[in-house]
Amino acid sequence: MTAPSRIRNFSIIAHIDHGKSTLADRLLERTGAISERDMRAQMLDEMDLERERGITIKANAVRLDYIAASGESYQFNLIDTPGHVDFSYEVSRSLEACEGAVLVVDASQGVEAQTLANAYLAIEGGLEIIPVVNKIDLPAADPDRAAAEVAGVLGGTADEVIRVSAKTGEGIEDLLEAIVERLPAPEGVEDAPLRALVFDSFYDTYRGVVSHIRVVDGSITKREPVRFMATDLDVDVDELGIRRPATEEIDRLTTGEVGYLITGVKEIDLIRVGDTVTDVTAPTDEALPGYREPKPMVFSGLFPTDGDDFERLREALEKLRLNDSSLVYQPETSRALGFGFRVGFLGLLHMEIVRERLEREYDLDLVATAPSVAYRANLASGEQIPVRSPQDLPDAAALASIEEPFVKVMIITPSEFIGTVMDLVQQRRGVMGEMTYLSPERAELHYRMPLAEIVFDFFDQLKSKTRGYASLDYEPDDYQISDLVRVNILLNGVPVDAFSTIVHREKAYMYGKAMVSRLRELIPRQLFDVPVQAAIGTRIISRETIKARRKDVTAKCYGGDITRKRKLLERQKEGKRRMKMVGQVEVPQEAFVAALKLDM
Amino acid sequence: MTDRPVSPDSVALAAQASSWRSAYVHVPFCARRCPYCDFAVVAAGEPGAEETGRYVDALIGEIGLESGPFPIEAVNFGGGTPTRLDPHDLERILIALRDRFGLASDAEVSIEANPEDWSPRYAAALREAGFNRVSFGVQSFDPEVLAYLGRRHSPDQAERAVTVARSAGFDTINIDLIYGAPVETDPSWASTVDRALTLGPEHLSAYALTVEGGTELSRSVRDGAPAPDGDVQADRWESLAAAASSIGLVRYEISNWATPGHACRYNLSTWAMGEFVAFGTGAHDHRDGTRARNVRRLDAYVERVERGERPRSGSEHLDGFERKRERFMVGLRLAAGVEAGSVGTAFLESAEGRRLLDARVIESIDGRVRVGRPLLTDLVARSVLSVSEEDC
Repeated sequence: MTAPSRIRNFSIIAHIDHGKSTLADRLLERTGAISERDMRAQMLDEMDLERERGITIKANAVRLDYIAASGESYQFNLIDTPGHVDFSYEVSRSLEACEGAVLVVDASQGVEAQTLANAYLAIEGGLEIIPVVNKIDLPAADPDRAAAEVAGVLGGTADEVIRVSAKTGEGIEDLLEAIVERLPAPEGVEDAPLRALVFDSFYDTYRGVVSHIRVVDGSITKREPVRFMATDLDVDVDELGIRRPATEEIDRLTTGEVGYLITGVKEIDLIRVGDTVTDVTAPTDEALPGYREPKPMVFSGLFPTDGDDFERLREALEKLRLNDSSLVYQPETSRALGFGFRVGFLGLLHMEIVRERLEREYDLDLVATAPSVAYRANLASGEQIPVRSPQDLPDAAALASIEEPFVKVMIITPSEFIGTVMDLVQQRRGVMGEMTYLSPERAELHYRMPLAEIVFDFFDQLKSKTRGYASLDYEPDDYQISDLVRVNILLNGVPVDAFSTIVHREKAYMYGKAMVSRLRELIPRQLFDVPVQAAIGTRIISRETIKARRKDVTAKCYGGDITRKRKLLERQKEGKRRMKMVGQVEVPQEAFVAALKLDM
Repeated sequence: MTDRPVSPDSVALAAQASSWRSAYVHVPFCARRCPYCDFAVVAAGEPGAEETGRYVDALIGEIGLESGPFPIEAVNFGGGTPTRLDPHDLERILIALRDRFGLASDAEVSIEANPEDWSPRYAAALREAGFNRVSFGVQSFDPEVLAYLGRRHSPDQAERAVTVARSAGFDTINIDLIYGAPVETDPSWASTVDRALTLGPEHLSAYALTVEGGTELSRSVRDGAPAPDGDVQADRWESLAAAASSIGLVRYEISNWATPGHACRYNLSTWAMGEFVAFGTGAHDHRDGTRARNVRRLDAYVERVERGERPRSGSEHLDGFERKRERFMVGLRLAAGVEAGSVGTAFLESAEGRRLLDARVIESIDGRVRVGRPLLTDLVARSVLSVSEEDC
């Protein structure tokens, strides 16, 4: 065991691409955890998808042994955190396991909104921050400016900022020493009853649920019975271990230490992130501060392109959920798209990642309906019901009002784009709050705006209008009554559920018109004229007509070549397989995909 | 002929046509290749274009390889341009057919002709040889459309050719039109229809200009030239159909009109699943439940016949269910419709069939199925292909 005074538990907080993984690799290398030759670049990111997108989805913890300049040896536990706002709950759990955080800022890019948001989370959690400016080797680097910006934000001075190049290794020794000197040792009571925090949990096909824990008080020993307090689950410890990053089994984890725990439990719901582990024989009275149910913010219908794949989709979602307890879903039936699932996500990135994993790892071809947020309908009866899909919205007669979720938005932008950002946010029903200059060139803007407005390509718009310089972060605020309506899209008089959406009344016409004209182009001509309409209730707000198909016949057969003619017709018939019938109208699968893909 | 003057669209005629046997003779030679044509054609200057005599010998050789007797009700010489051949050669072929298979005394003996090849002397020689029907590739009376289609004759030449054929005593004169070329306009089409009908043809065929793969037209469309427009073509077809019926021409197939007694037997029997023998490059026949096709290349064709082989490039045999389905599918092209049978009954009961009935694309009358909107016949045929043996 290591005395708590010789333990340092910390995370690295960084914006995507600011070099967190490279820095982690360098720390591993310098402390001898891995040799340069064995090193797989970006050791900590396990999943392909993470590697590809440069983001970290699941936290991971690695133990490093460091001998300081003073000659004393230390145990470092590097706890990896997800970098994206969608996973802020996971971030907060990971930070809970640390006493400090290394905040990495790109020397050429400066502070970004997400980094700042996570830094604030860390500060709120009482963590000590070591600011680091990375990529000082780059020609475009401006370490002084970046350091001044970080210091300004954190309220320190620029010389406290450590300058490194994770790529060349420059400055890494300074950072390692700062971790020893500046970060506090864990505080905990070694002879108190066991309290360990579950800060990450994932499913392994062979081992069942594997949990990462941080021992706060007492110690945990292999083969002893433990209790998961939130679920009141008593089980034996099958295996304890640490990662260096190679897995290493150990018999005991003591106060302040970090490691993994395997109990043989197969259901991830039974071992929740945020739960407290205690000793069954000598339990604690008080669990560590609270477990919070992850709340889905964004919903979308996922339907297999081929109806026969429904069961495969169900199995794939079940498997994904084993590793991602924030994923919620329930079966949904669409007249247009058949059987699928209404899936709740933590945010847009989470939605994209889940979709990509379903398509890539489970080889599914999916249609996703337009994302919607979790509305609440206040009924005339006084009752309030959740509205997770436009279909859930009751008729106007039964409806008193609709509430929508608002978020607090933070945008960091170069000063020259402040006007542009203000215009964009205003169009999205944003209400401006504070504005702070981080430096003469960069400002931090605060807004309150409906989540639904962010869900529709807000991030892309923000990026393109600021030439990629602005960054965005948001956190849930409260619900508020808004003038919202459901726009239905009718094909030949029949509403097509997949295209219905809830929008602000002022935007209903724009949505209706855009969707109607898009569908007119995407849907092939039918046997009869097909009206395409957008409607609010019974009121039609936009209409176009797909004119009837008039000619579908080829001239004479070549010299009586009926064989060739039949084969041609057979080939053309194959194209019809992927048609869905919607109110007597044949709609190609591609039309659904294309109509839903394009941004409004 | 026993069927005269039966209405071309009558059910009785369609039923009779299924028992007719016919012969097709392909003559690939052309003065030049029309930009829209994907038929087996040898244009002047191309290899073998001058060896018409050797080709005629090969045709006669091939006729000798097919077993007879097979009494024939209709003969059609198509191409290419059959009138590139000397009347004497055409007569030799006709005699070979008669000797091999037997020809009904009132048989329809038809030839496709280009107006520019036509003269009183040539017409008389063909009558002498036994031809009683001529089909002129008029295509249009608009010089601009003719130029677009790569046709060499003038509108006046076309009119003169019809007059000459009339004087020579042909029983049936057909005018072939092509509609919907991008350079054609509503007035130019109206004038084409008017001039064609004024000539008083007993038979009229009108085909929508189609972009076939591998043609000069398809290359130019791919490079950005305007393509024919389906809606415009539907307009053209409808205006022609109205004008034709107003002077007593009866539509008996999607693209074919005739006065009573002048429906084309060869054409009718093709769509009624009648059997036919066929000779020449790229020719297709249908006999004893087998559809077979010849090689398209002139040199390969001639060499194989000269070696005493059938110049086949492939064949397929249809039996049982597939044959029934094909009979139903091709019969849909006829205005008289087709007997429903087990395939048609299953089709009418299918979701697709009911949808087409509801939209009045098809009609079901007295055990027969007709396409009420003939320009959607391929759409109906594709749906018929979804009917499987288990459905019947």
